[in-house]
Amino acid sequence: MIVAQSTLAPEPQATIERAEGQTTVRLSGPWTAPHAERVEAVAEAITSEVETYPVVFDLSEIGRLDTLGAWALNRTRHELSAKGQADIANASPEQAILMQETAYREFEGDQKPRHSRLVDFLVDVGKTVAGAGKDLVGGVGFLGELVSALLRVIIHPGRFRGSAVINQLEQIAYRGVPIIVLISFLVGCIVSQQGIFQLIKFGATPFVIDLIGILVLRELGVLLTSIMVAGRSGSAFTAEIGSMKMREEIDALRVMGLDPIEVLIVPRIMALVIGLPLLTFISSIAALVGGGLTTWIYGDISPDIFLTRLRAAVSLNTFLVGMIKAPFMALVIGIIATLEGLAVEGSAESLGRHVTSSVVKAIFMVIVLDGLFAMFFAAINY
Amino acid sequence: MLERRQTDQAKDRDVIIRVRGVEVGFGERTILKELDLDVYRGEILGFVGGSGQGKSVLTRAILGLVPKRAGTIEVLGQNLDDLSPEGRRQLERHWGVLFQQGALFSALTVKQNIQVPMREYLNLSDRLLDEIAMLKIEMVGLNPDAADKLPSELSGGMIKRAALARALALDPEIVFLDEPTSGLDPIGAGEFDDLIATLQRTLGLTVFMVTHDLDSLYSVCDRIAALGEGKILAEGPIETMLESDHPWLRSYFHGKRARAVMAGGAQG
Repeated sequence: MIVAQSTLAPEPQATIERAEGQTTVRLSGPWTAPHAERVEAVAEAITSEVETYPVVFDLSEIGRLDTLGAWALNRTRHELSAKGQADIANASPEQAILMQETAYREFEGDQKPRHSRLVDFLVDVGKTVAGAGKDLVGGVGFLGELVSALLRVIIHPGRFRGSAVINQLEQIAYRGVPIIVLISFLVGCIVSQQGIFQLIKFGATPFVIDLIGILVLRELGVLLTSIMVAGRSGSAFTAEIGSMKMREEIDALRVMGLDPIEVLIVPRIMALVIGLPLLTFISSIAALVGGGLTTWIYGDISPDIFLTRLRAAVSLNTFLVGMIKAPFMALVIGIIATLEGLAVEGSAESLGRHVTSSVVKAIFMVIVLDGLFAMFFAAINY
Repeated sequence: MLERRQTDQAKDRDVIIRVRGVEVGFGERTILKELDLDVYRGEILGFVGGSGQGKSVLTRAILGLVPKRAGTIEVLGQNLDDLSPEGRRQLERHWGVLFQQGALFSALTVKQNIQVPMREYLNLSDRLLDEIAMLKIEMVGLNPDAADKLPSELSGGMIKRAALARALALDPEIVFLDEPTSGLDPIGAGEFDDLIATLQRTLGLTVFMVTHDLDSLYSVCDRIAALGEGKILAEGPIETMLESDHPWLRSYFHGKRARAVMAGGAQG
């Protein structure tokens, strides 16, 4: 046993005895990892103080010795042996094995090549641009795969996974209702309150109803819902698919002859495409209720006047503009979330990175798409 | 602690882990009941038992990862229930654990994984930190190239070795190995057994090894404890296991696979 009897000395120590033509270094105390700092300091002191060679390291009084202590001794011995002979003496059989196991060797330094900042920056920009291009190509390719999977499901309705779609609908739409209602209601209140404060200056308070009605139905309802869904469900898709990929579950599906896109992704995207318009409708109604209450409280406009004026302000196409956009938003969110999920590699860090980028990309694309739709609808005068 | 250890050593054999009357259960199910077990300093204890009998549960109870309902567990002479958080921290650096799946941190390279406990507990210069990590990598038989690889780039055997290197990072006195040779090819498993035996000899380790590998039990374990029905069915060297009349032990150590191993051992 290496342990015990001389653990009496609390600290690793070395006594250097200089005799005629020989130096003896007597080591004592525990040369172990918990005393690492002191081990290192003593080892350095030995290197600098030894003058006459040969040197003998006497281990007879040493306490516990572990790999760290043994390595430190071997390294010191190696450094000294550049100048003269250095040997180990009086090691117990176990210590001798340990000293042999930890014999000094050079480790290849893993020096990383140095880069200049400018080059690094340019490389970074280049990679980002190339990455964005690849994302676009990947997205289009994936859309194709998705459509072909959808067609297969239509041709063989037996392969349609109804229960999976219902289950996803519950997760995406039903469980998302409370938070979306709450947020939309509050945003409706806030927009209408600010509208009243500004329009009152022109004596045009009733126009706040036009403002609320058009803004909510055309833009706010669908935008708020899409952003919330990207955050709630997009992140969940990426995490689910990503961790399934990490645990080889996707490969397991593949070798069973099941198409992961058909099994995992089609039901999710279908549920999104159905669920997001439903949520958009609920969100718009909640925002209108919020706006109506605020105009009642701040603008003294009673609910029946609000409703009459709302009916005059908005037409069916105002409502449809919002609703038409919803399925496209759902498609974008779903495709980005699944692509990011499938891009996850082995590590937990990679999963986190892809979930974040799934949400960020989805929200960004939702807003860009909304802008494109605004231009499109303006161009066709809808 | 020092005094306790020395008085313990005065006895015949120094008990490093002492489990007494431990009961562990989940919900209504009791998994371990009135379990007693001693692990002696410097031995390699093989811990066997059928699947679902609670081998991992006992290991996790000793490590404090699963709460126990009754009983005491002493490690290095200290009752785990009496320890302050600081005392517990102190104790934890005296043991290393090799989890079944390796449990390497997936975001860190092998070298960084090994350095995690060292950075946390030891005050080392960067140079020594690197050198010791590389030394451990070589000691567990990994190629130095593996140092800068991520766990996802390693094979199963390499993951086990890297995880062992991390378990040994602080030169612990006790090493817990949870099925160290599972998922390795027979040659790799044999090498791993030799590695454990060598490390045990050179570093004076105490090894607590949960295993199903009959080869490991025959070749490296000093003593075997068999778990069943919530308690230790038998403990002792392999001969004791072979002589036992307990039906489960008979089928375990005299089954077809066991006979093959024994026959192989007789020839070799």
